[in-house]
Amino acid sequence: MRTGSSFLTRTELVYFAILAAVIFVVFPASMDIFRLNLFGKYLTYAFVAVGLVLCWGYGGILSLGQGVFFGLGGYCMAMFLKLEASTPEATAIQSTPGIPDFMDWNQLTALPTWWEPFHSFPFTLIAVIAVPVFFAFVIGLAMFKRRVGGVYFAIITQAIAAILTILIIGQQGYTGGVNGITDLRTLLGWDIRTDSAKYILYFVNGGLLMLCLLAAQFVRRSKLGRILVAMRDQEDRVRFSGYDVANFKIFVFCLGAAMAAVGGAMFTLQVGFMSPSFVGIVPSIEMVIFCAVGGRLSILGAVYGTLLVNWAKTTFSEMFPELWLFAMGALFIGVVLAFPNGLAGLYNSYVAPYVKRLISARGAGRRMAPAE
Amino acid sequence: MNAATATVASNTDYLLAVEDLTVSFDGFKAVDGLSFYVDENEIRVIIGPNGAGKTTVLDLICGRTKATQGSIKFKGAELTQMREHQIVHAGVGRKFQTPSIYEDLTVFENLEICFPRGRTVFGSLAFKRDGEVVSRVEEIAETIFLSNQLHERAAFLSHGQKQWLEIGMLLIQNPELLMLDEPVAGMSVSERKKTAELLHRIIQDRSVLVIEHDMKFVEDIAHKVTVLHQGRILSEGSMDKVQADPKVIEVYLGH
Amino acid sequence: MFDGYTLSELGSILAMQGFAGLILFSVFVLMALGLAIIFGQMGVINMAHGEFMILGAYVTYLCSHIFQNYLPGLFSIYFFVAMALAFCASGALGMLCEWALIRHLYKRPLDTLLATWGLSLILQQAYRTIFGAREVGVSLPDWMMGSVPLTDLIEIPINGLFVMALTLIITAAVGAMMYRSGWGKQVRAVMQNRVMAGAVGINTERTDRLTFGIGCGVAGIAGAAFTMIGSTGPTAGQLYIVDTFLVVVFGGAASLLGTIASAFSISQAQSAMEFFLSGSMAKVLTLLTVVGILMLRPQGLFTLKVRK
Repeated sequence: MRTGSSFLTRTELVYFAILAAVIFVVFPASMDIFRLNLFGKYLTYAFVAVGLVLCWGYGGILSLGQGVFFGLGGYCMAMFLKLEASTPEATAIQSTPGIPDFMDWNQLTALPTWWEPFHSFPFTLIAVIAVPVFFAFVIGLAMFKRRVGGVYFAIITQAIAAILTILIIGQQGYTGGVNGITDLRTLLGWDIRTDSAKYILYFVNGGLLMLCLLAAQFVRRSKLGRILVAMRDQEDRVRFSGYDVANFKIFVFCLGAAMAAVGGAMFTLQVGFMSPSFVGIVPSIEMVIFCAVGGRLSILGAVYGTLLVNWAKTTFSEMFPELWLFAMGALFIGVVLAFPNGLAGLYNSYVAPYVKRLISARGAGRRMAPAE
Repeated sequence: MNAATATVASNTDYLLAVEDLTVSFDGFKAVDGLSFYVDENEIRVIIGPNGAGKTTVLDLICGRTKATQGSIKFKGAELTQMREHQIVHAGVGRKFQTPSIYEDLTVFENLEICFPRGRTVFGSLAFKRDGEVVSRVEEIAETIFLSNQLHERAAFLSHGQKQWLEIGMLLIQNPELLMLDEPVAGMSVSERKKTAELLHRIIQDRSVLVIEHDMKFVEDIAHKVTVLHQGRILSEGSMDKVQADPKVIEVYLGH
Repeated sequence: MFDGYTLSELGSILAMQGFAGLILFSVFVLMALGLAIIFGQMGVINMAHGEFMILGAYVTYLCSHIFQNYLPGLFSIYFFVAMALAFCASGALGMLCEWALIRHLYKRPLDTLLATWGLSLILQQAYRTIFGAREVGVSLPDWMMGSVPLTDLIEIPINGLFVMALTLIITAAVGAMMYRSGWGKQVRAVMQNRVMAGAVGINTERTDRLTFGIGCGVAGIAGAAFTMIGSTGPTAGQLYIVDTFLVVVFGGAASLLGTIASAFSISQAQSAMEFFLSGSMAKVLTLLTVVGILMLRPQGLFTLKVRK
């Protein structure tokens, strides 16, 4: 914190290593494949939460439409997988074989042209990132150049999430409608539904998340990270320090969108479908609460926050479905009122000093509490 | 330059040429047909009663407020067409009335952010804190009496120290035109003295535009004084001339 | 697509569509009024606004039951009692929320947004627990049923007319309160300079609480009116919240006239497009247009240029 020049301090390195150990060793060793797949799904939300730490925690830009980017990334991947699953042989019973089943149900007789490029895997990989980032760029350009920020930005991004959901549901012949794109089977001939594929995808997902975290750490540590903080506190002043504030906001918004998109694509691969229920207002604002619970200023906290909230959601809604929404509502209120810096804030004020004392008391202590 | 073009080109002879500048907020003209010129290395003080439009003039020059009509030429470039950061890049620095610094960052980081390098998105990603940056930051910190507070968070500085830090943030940009809005307001007597000393040192080799109410301070530094009243120039000239002007005494200085 | 219609039939279709637009307009205005008070005057983002409205709807639903079963003689006027009760219930809940939640967050608008979202989740689940997940409707008194035949082809439903009349009255009342009453002056004084308002003897805390309460109360009345034309479910409020925020922002947050004008243009655009397109596409296009215009003119339709 003091010098801000090195990329990872020693303490931070330890925290990163602990998270890597949790994701790559503790979870796989302690869970069956069903649970592990579930946690893999949670980790795809963590991509969004990490992006939100940069956008919201650092840049002060609260987007209530991150589900849009998560969804666009996920849909791009799902379109490729769906085309691969819709071979003429597999869809022989349809009135038009060779197109996705939902198109056939909606009386489409040919594949729409904008679906065609998704036959290509390289194109899909590019589109997964490029489509959401382009979208974010256009939104950011329009809004930030005109200095729309704060609550107005939040409301407009929320409206965009609502619009996209209505559009996807309304155009079911092209998008699969409310059910989404389902029944995905293979990726380049590799069956993604088997247990071994799920293991591999879990590790790929974890690896990508670590890469995202390192990228976020790089941004945080660079001068750009400090400009973001400066912008959040004194936006006007940053202009008079010679910076084009809008460009920085657009950049961090696009970066957040790219991270969300990777998460969305990995979600599609691990869960096997994509639907509008991950695009709209409700999932988008839930992703904000994952980030808030973890601590809006801590990229690692965002991962733990996401895991914790989702785990609690699954557990609670299995046991007391009535109570879950109450608990979720209380979580929103409680975090904002009592713990604005989330788990990371709690860790820093209560656990970290204790750990520090422990280390200095025992010389080079090696065990640290697995939190931040 | 021949005689025919002299009048047209005349405003490029000045570092800053403000001509016929007007801004109206819903019909209320806060600045009304204002023209004045600042020479290189000139120290110009703007005085006037509250609401005369002094701060608005600075806002207009630095791009914070858009002019309704008129022109502001800085070294021949039209500032009214430029955005805030471009005006900064052109060499205009502005200090605000209330200290406006980055409280969550350290003094070092505050100064470093204003260091004129890596000002684009990717430039700032690639920015490295090399020897040049460190030595320049330390040099400025020395000038603004904050060498011992370099790694403290700016939020913990006193009011006077915050004012100095903001001045330092301008100095590191090395602007050709420095605009200061009430630099000694709200300071203790000793801080005021130190600030006057600081200002005397930093106004070498550049033009300065200052808004100030402290007449002793004004007398001390001003080359030329402009008195504003209701968005127009009431009087302009040397301190003695202005002080003797009956109009100025009437509306501002008092009898 | 116009084949087979005579000119007069087309005209009446347009008129009916225009009337449907007017009813949508009334709903928008009623919802947006409360929000224009809370967001426009106080700058507070209340994501639970829809739930305050639904509370008013449930109060009306309860009233209709009680009057039907215990006071059948007075059933024809139950709605007016229900409206008053809806105002009180939503207003009281609003003041409670302001005290417990909102007042701690005046300096953190984005956090208010998250906290009130949490509040909306809690209220939704509370409604679901108390009233069940199914949508409920109220029975209308006889005089509100049926319709007025304007020509052979154009019929205007009475409940729609009633809601429109109600909208007019409430809008006028809110306008009078905001621009004519002492309360309105206090609210504006507090919003423009909290410290100064406190110094000249305005109880700023009370003003805040009252303003929030009145905004929520107006939402409650909107909910009561809403039951006249549709049924109510626990999540019905959330369906409208985005539209309503767009209406208020589009109109220029602090302007009552702007709110009404924007509610009018959005509702008319949407119902006019519904004639040509599917309902969802009409909504998508309307919202996209609004968002597009807001990107070009972020300050909304009606705002003053002010000195910073």
